[in-house]
Amino acid sequence: MGKNVKFLQGNEACVEAALYAGLDFYAGYPITPSTEIAEHLAYRLPQIGGKFLQMEDEIASICAIIGASLTGRKVMTATSGPGFSLMQEALGYAVMAEIPCVIVDVQRGGPSTGIPTHVSQGDVNQARWGTHGDHAIIALTASNHQDVFAITVEAFNLSETYRTPVILLFDEVVAHMRERLVMPEPGEVQLVERLRTSVKEGVDYHPYLPREDGRLPMSDFGGVHRYNVTGLVHDMWGFPSTEPRVVHALLRHLVDKLENRTNELARFKEFFLEDAEIILISYGSSARSALHVVEERRQRGERLGLLELQTLWPFPRDVVRNRCAGTKAVVVVEMNMGQVMQSVKLAVEHPERVFLANRIDSVFITPADIINILRIIQGKGV
Amino acid sequence: MAVKDYLRERFFPHLWCPGCGHGEVLGGLIRAIENLGLSKNEIVMVSGIGCSSRITGYVDFHTMHTIHGRALAFATGVKLARPELKIIVPMGDGDALAIGGNHFIHAARRNVDMTAIVMNNRIYGMTGGQFSPLSGSNISASTAPYRTIDKSFDVVELSKAAGATFVARATSYHAQQMTEVIEKAILHKGFSVVEVLTQCPTYFGRKNKIGDAPEMIKWFKDHTTPIGSKAKQEHPELIERGIFVQQEGPEYCEEYQKIVERAMKGRS
Repeated sequence: MGKNVKFLQGNEACVEAALYAGLDFYAGYPITPSTEIAEHLAYRLPQIGGKFLQMEDEIASICAIIGASLTGRKVMTATSGPGFSLMQEALGYAVMAEIPCVIVDVQRGGPSTGIPTHVSQGDVNQARWGTHGDHAIIALTASNHQDVFAITVEAFNLSETYRTPVILLFDEVVAHMRERLVMPEPGEVQLVERLRTSVKEGVDYHPYLPREDGRLPMSDFGGVHRYNVTGLVHDMWGFPSTEPRVVHALLRHLVDKLENRTNELARFKEFFLEDAEIILISYGSSARSALHVVEERRQRGERLGLLELQTLWPFPRDVVRNRCAGTKAVVVVEMNMGQVMQSVKLAVEHPERVFLANRIDSVFITPADIINILRIIQGKGV
Repeated sequence: MAVKDYLRERFFPHLWCPGCGHGEVLGGLIRAIENLGLSKNEIVMVSGIGCSSRITGYVDFHTMHTIHGRALAFATGVKLARPELKIIVPMGDGDALAIGGNHFIHAARRNVDMTAIVMNNRIYGMTGGQFSPLSGSNISASTAPYRTIDKSFDVVELSKAAGATFVARATSYHAQQMTEVIEKAILHKGFSVVEVLTQCPTYFGRKNKIGDAPEMIKWFKDHTTPIGSKAKQEHPELIERGIFVQQEGPEYCEEYQKIVERAMKGRS
């Protein structure tokens, strides 16, 4: 049985995974470094009877996928920093109206137009707080194409399970780099299909009345249940309400359904953590350089370990706290000014032992950059 | 069915002011749907933000009350995903043509089969009477204490230029004509625009000393005329109403289906 092995870009790995997960509707707008996702889906989706739309901007793109999702489709859009900024209002709408959708942000240098063709991880906190108001969000990332595939499928699964937008925070290096991808066979990775209501026609269906397990079975637009969807605070019928009791319950529901499951939602990888004295914490393409450093130093007998985060939001604070307990130092490796480091400091017992190894000059962070910081921490000088 | 069978009476009373023209559009819309004998399950109504956009909450269809200006973008997603559904998009003038102007012209350009209804009362009502891109110049508004200097869009001309294949104008005074025009717009295969001139006595009428609702409605009677009428020739300042454009053109969902068929056969 020959394995289906491909050699492709990270953006293409994301496309393969999305199609594997059942994507059948995409809308987008060209923007570097995410454009290949749109290009490949423009070619692939009609082959399976799916729809590809190039919209007039990123706002229209996310709106179109939200509309399509309500009819029962699995949907996605992809963009980069400037486009992700434009999408924030509609992203909040999908949070509020609880509409499954996947949004890929292939990060590039910012702010503003920044450096379109170079790498950055500067959108981590935008993914968390880009849209206004108290809310919870899921944001996932990956450092290699096999993981891009797995985490993209995961994004669709979580989006359907929790009726929430899920953000895939990739970066320019992973997106444009070419490497091997072993395609899983059909059925090899579990897929989550939309939970649909069993309420019969003619019986009052409450689209926003959570079941005991907190889940909200959906009914497709065009089906037998007609209901209202709104970005206003709404009651169990989806009708606007300003009743303080309703407002409170809805906000708690939106936040609790994800924040209360932070540990369940935590996806991460551990390398040599058991006896590590110094732990590197990284994610996305930065984790590749971090892993290189750890593997190299282990050969010299230095007790280094790597915690690679794949779930960035909700921030896996318990995982970070537990793994970092008793270590001499924690070094967060990222390509921004410490966006994940802030969360790590809040999570660990000894925030004064948390250091940052970063680059913000649009150049990919190298093992040498990390080693320089390690030497300072270890008192070896630079 | 009776008109009330299309309403969600549970959510009444509605929030519109006494004398507001949006209720007349709601009435005209429902009568049009009733006359066409459409099933409630096959209609999706998508709106944005503003007084007019609250219309979706009151009707018993699949309804989506979205964000300001973007209703047509959401609706495009719904339609492409389920082309067999009938899509109706009621919008206010600011919603459709200020914040939503870009989506409006691109929806018209694509010729996606849906009906856009621009409820044009020339003012932002929900926020308390600010001027809109359809107010026109020399209008008093809360953000134009010295009167407006902005020129107005002409919804009909804009729609025509953007490629809409059905363009009509009606008023809240000419209720029967409004219903007929909306019926034809819904039946039309392609992007249809119906501009309905409506009155906002609370903010537009009062600020501009046009009078209360009956006087504003009478203004529509006195200042509009059927397309190409003799009165228009004699009084060019009159606003024409009726169907300006009704033509066939390649519809977007049907054209996309052809792409699907080509792609499935392995041809590009």
